[in-house]
Amino acid sequence: QVSAALKEGHVTPTELCQRCLALIKSTKVLNAYITIAEESALKQAEASEERYKRGQPLGVLDGIPIAVKDNFNTAGIETTCASNMLRGYISPYNATVVQKLLDQGAVLLGKTNLDEFAMGSGSTDGVFGPVRNPWSYSRQYKEKSVPKSHSEDKESNWVITGGSSGGSAAAVSSFTCFAALGSDTGGSTRNPAAHCGVVGLKPTYGLISRHGLIPLVNSMDVPGILTRCVDDAAVVLGSLAGHDPKDSTTIQDDFKPFELPDLTDVSKLSIGIPKEYHAPGLSSEILALWSKAADLFQNAGAKVVEVSLPHTRYSIVCYHVLCTAEVASNMARFDGLEYGHRSDVSESTESMYAATRREGFNDVVRGRILSGNYFLLKQNYEKYFVKAQKVRRLIVNDFMKVFRSGVDVLLTPTTLSDAAPYVEFIKEDNRTRSAQDDILTQAANMAGLPAINVPTALSERGLPVGLQFIGRSFQEQQLLTVAKWFEKQIQFPMIQLEEIKRHDHGVLQDQKSTSFS
Amino acid sequence: EKVSVEVLDHLEHLALVDFRDSEGVERLQKAIQFADQLHEVNTEGVEPMDSVVEDRCLYLREDDVTEGNCTKELLENAREKVEEYFVAPAGNIPLPKLGERETFLQGS
Repeated sequence: QVSAALKEGHVTPTELCQRCLALIKSTKVLNAYITIAEESALKQAEASEERYKRGQPLGVLDGIPIAVKDNFNTAGIETTCASNMLRGYISPYNATVVQKLLDQGAVLLGKTNLDEFAMGSGSTDGVFGPVRNPWSYSRQYKEKSVPKSHSEDKESNWVITGGSSGGSAAAVSSFTCFAALGSDTGGSTRNPAAHCGVVGLKPTYGLISRHGLIPLVNSMDVPGILTRCVDDAAVVLGSLAGHDPKDSTTIQDDFKPFELPDLTDVSKLSIGIPKEYHAPGLSSEILALWSKAADLFQNAGAKVVEVSLPHTRYSIVCYHVLCTAEVASNMARFDGLEYGHRSDVSESTESMYAATRREGFNDVVRGRILSGNYFLLKQNYEKYFVKAQKVRRLIVNDFMKVFRSGVDVLLTPTTLSDAAPYVEFIKEDNRTRSAQDDILTQAANMAGLPAINVPTALSERGLPVGLQFIGRSFQEQQLLTVAKWFEKQIQFPMIQLEEIKRHDHGVLQDQKSTSFS
Repeated sequence: EKVSVEVLDHLEHLALVDFRDSEGVERLQKAIQFADQLHEVNTEGVEPMDSVVEDRCLYLREDDVTEGNCTKELLENAREKVEEYFVAPAGNIPLPKLGERETFLQGS
C-alpha cells in the first residue's frame, strides 16, 4: 500500500522517512534501535524522491524505510552486535543483504538492538540494555493487566520482545519501519516475531547470502525477514534471495521472485501436526489456538494429519553442543588487533587477547565459548561434537520422512507462551531461557528448512501469540502461500499503541494499516 | 564427575577467555550435564552431518583478483598500527601458568 502511495505521490519518501525518524524518537523507551542513521537515511530518501519525480522508481522497495539488526555490517555505520567488543566498529562494507536492499532504493533508518552477538531469546542481554515489547504499551495489554497497587510504577510490568532479533521485531511492530532484517539461528527471528505480533520469516539455509552477517553458527545462521504481513515478507524475500559469489553456501539455482496467489482452494494441501511439538510447558492457550488452526484448515478442505518427529526433544541439546562449538570458533576472531575493542594490557599477544576478550564479552558469550571449547577437546570430540552431528542427521531424517509421506507444510506453535514480563524473564539465566524458548523453533534451523511465524491471536493478557509453519527446503512460495491464506482467515488485530499514540497521532494514522506491497 | 582444575585451566588457555567466578564454572558444569542427554540417542550407523547442503557442490569461483586495494579502510578500525602493519605485543611469551596469572581458578 505504501509503495503505491509513494508512486502516486500521496506521500513522498522524505516525508515518510521523517515521520519514521520522529516516531523512532518518540518510542525511544522501547530501546529498539542502537544506532539511528538519520543523515544518510534522509539522503537516501531524497535520492528516492528524485527517482519518483522522474517516474523511475527502482522497484517496490524504493523509498521504503527499513531497519537492520546490528549484527549485519553496514558501511559507514557503527555495527556493534550489542557488545563492548565491537563498540565503535564502523563497518567498511555492506552485508550483501543490506546492499541488495539499498540497491532497491530502501531507506536504512538504523541498526536495531539484540542480545549480545545474537545469543539469547529475550533481547535482554545486550550492552545497550533490553528491548521493550511495544505491546507493553498497547491498550490491549493495559486493559488486561491488573495493577497490584496504586503506587506501583506503571512501567515495571513491561514485557520482553523475545529474541534475539527483538529490536527489529519491536521496530516493525511499532511502525517505525516497514520491514526489518533479523537473523535466525535457533529461532531468533520467529521468536520475537511471535511475541511482537509480526510476521517473521526464516528462509531456507542457502537461499539468502550470509556475507556480512557476523556469524554465530555457520551451518545454521540465516538472515531473517520481519514485516507486518506475509505479502511484504515475500517482496523482501524476492529482493534478497539468490546466489551470492561472496557466500559459497548459497545455492546456485536460479531464484525467481514471486507474487503470492490468493489461495482459495486448500483441498489439495496436506498439513502435518507434529505431536512432539506439544512440548512440556506449552500454555493451554496456545495449545487451543494450535488446535483451532488445525480445525480451520480441516474445515476448509485441507488434509490435516498428525505426524511424528521423534527426535524433536534432542534438537535443543544437539543445538547446544553444535552452537557452542561453532561459536568457540567464530568468536576467536575477536582479539583486538584488527578491529573492535583492544585492551591496554600489552605484556604479550596472549595476555592482550585474553584481557581484550575478558573486557569485551559478556558472561553469556564467554560461557558459550568455554563450553564450545570443552566439547571440542580431543577427549570429548567424538563423544559430544560428532555425536551431536549424528543426532543432527537423525533430526533432518525425521523431517524428510514426513515430507516424503505427502505432507506439504507443518503447523506448530512458535513459542511456549506469550511474552513474559521482564522482571520474570530475568529470574532465569540466559542458557536456561534459550533452552526453554528455542524448543519449538530450533529444529527448523537444524534441518535448514524455511519457517514462518504468523501472528494469530491475542492471549488472555492481551499479548500476541503466533503459530509457525515449516515448509520443505526452497519451497518458500508454497510456504508463504499457505501462510498468507491463514493470515487472511484469522485477521490478527492491530496494536493500539497508547501513550506513544498521544504524541504522534497524525503519524500513526497514516502508517497504521500500511504494508508496502 | 566435576571438571578438573587442569581441564578448566586448559580451557582458559585455549579460549583465551576466563571463567571469572564460580558461576562461570557452574555454567560449564550445567552445560555438560545438559549435553549428556545426547547419549540417550542411538546413533549406530549414522553418519555425522556437517551441513544441510551436503548434497550439493559448493560454489567455487575462478581464482581471479576482483577486489582489494582497501588497505586504508581495513586499517581504520585497528587501534594500533604502524605504516601498513597491525601492531601486536610480543608473541613468544606464553600466557602465565595457573599459579602466576590472575584467574579465579587459582583458589580452586
